[in-house]
Amino acid sequence: MNEPVTVRLKVNGVQHEGRCEPRKLLVDFLREDLGLTGTHVGCEHGICGACTILFNGEAARSCIMLAVQAEGAELRTIEGLMENGKLHPLQEAFHEHHGLQCGFCTPGMLMTALDFLRVKPEPTEAEIREGISAVLCRCTGYQGIINAVKAAAPVMRGS
Amino acid sequence: MKPPKFDYHAPKTVDEALALLTRYDGEAKILAGGQSLMPLLNFRLSRPAALVDLNRIPTLAYIKEVDGSVRFGAMTRQRAIEFSPVVAKRLPLLTEATRWVGHLPIRTRGTIGGSIAHADPSAEYPAVLTALDGEVVARGPKGERVLKPRDFFQTYLTTNLAADEILTEVRLPATPAGAGFAFEEFSRRHGDFAIIGIAAVIVREGSRCTMARLATAGAGPIPVRLRAAEEILEREGLGDEAIARAAAKAQELVQPDGDIHASADYRRHLTGVLTGRAVKRALTKVAR
Repeated sequence: MNEPVTVRLKVNGVQHEGRCEPRKLLVDFLREDLGLTGTHVGCEHGICGACTILFNGEAARSCIMLAVQAEGAELRTIEGLMENGKLHPLQEAFHEHHGLQCGFCTPGMLMTALDFLRVKPEPTEAEIREGISAVLCRCTGYQGIINAVKAAAPVMRGS
Repeated sequence: MKPPKFDYHAPKTVDEALALLTRYDGEAKILAGGQSLMPLLNFRLSRPAALVDLNRIPTLAYIKEVDGSVRFGAMTRQRAIEFSPVVAKRLPLLTEATRWVGHLPIRTRGTIGGSIAHADPSAEYPAVLTALDGEVVARGPKGERVLKPRDFFQTYLTTNLAADEILTEVRLPATPAGAGFAFEEFSRRHGDFAIIGIAAVIVREGSRCTMARLATAGAGPIPVRLRAAEEILEREGLGDEAIARAAAKAQELVQPDGDIHASADYRRHLTGVLTGRAVKRALTKVAR
């Protein structure tokens, strides 16, 4: 029962299939088996949020899920944010408002903000701070990120 | 790090899951939302022979009202609870407490049954279960048992559940209409486990307090129901002096341990401070 298992799932609208041990973490499956290295591995225990993806439309940590648990699921990762060669409004806002420096937390930050703004389309600054507290950033001091999420909110409501 | 090897099973029914637990005879771990177990596996602090994953058992996720109480399937996600209109109406204390559970991406996966069975004394749901004096249903090979929180929580991360049992349901009595409620918590950063959390429910008739419910998170090896503090409010009413006396009593009732996050004395102090705050904030929500 610890033999390799087949995992079939959709990532950013594309059907994928891979084989892995049941103990393989979802984030490692995305990166190593599917070659989708945009999702980052940070702390590997669900604290830093760098590996956050959308799992069936909701933000979740891919380092504390098993790949086998994603069988039949629909995922969205940072690679799926840009559409038709155009940056997503959140990416645009992070670019405009200096929402990143080294970029390590950025994939998790963007996927977290995407879910957060869907749940709270008109957030206050305090709510944004609480929302993005799910992801650790060691560069920016967060202010640029908060400004970016604030700026992206009306654009996303309109789109 | 990465998890050690284990046999992986994703049964489709509770009976299948129970059969697996019996087969592995104490060597299997139940995987619910995984927001505590997966980190333990990644650190290799836990090395079970097998994982029995409950995520493919659809009958374990539900929220339903039955005779003045709300019943939750053990695999109901914290996120579903956070946004449930039924919970907001019948158990607003739980809605408020849920916002303190980790972060939204954690609540996407985390479950009510997992949080209660994991029995971290700093977690919010065990405190709510204790304050409301709810029940948990444990199913094993010989049938079901219904347990009160005082019979369920034993010590840090340890419950009365046997190795061949599964916590299948959590039952919480609905809060009476017009009751006040508050969940107060202090932690160093939002989303961290509580240094101290206090769950409070207050029912008032005129100037009398006809029901007070108070319980802690983080103030010792298990959640503590602060009955003697509740009695002060029920006896003396809800004036500032009575609240101050109840808060002082709360502080006497707990025996927290110190750790790297906070000393025992500081936790005791916070228990008093947050009890006072929780009661006062609960009062602001009491229907006139």
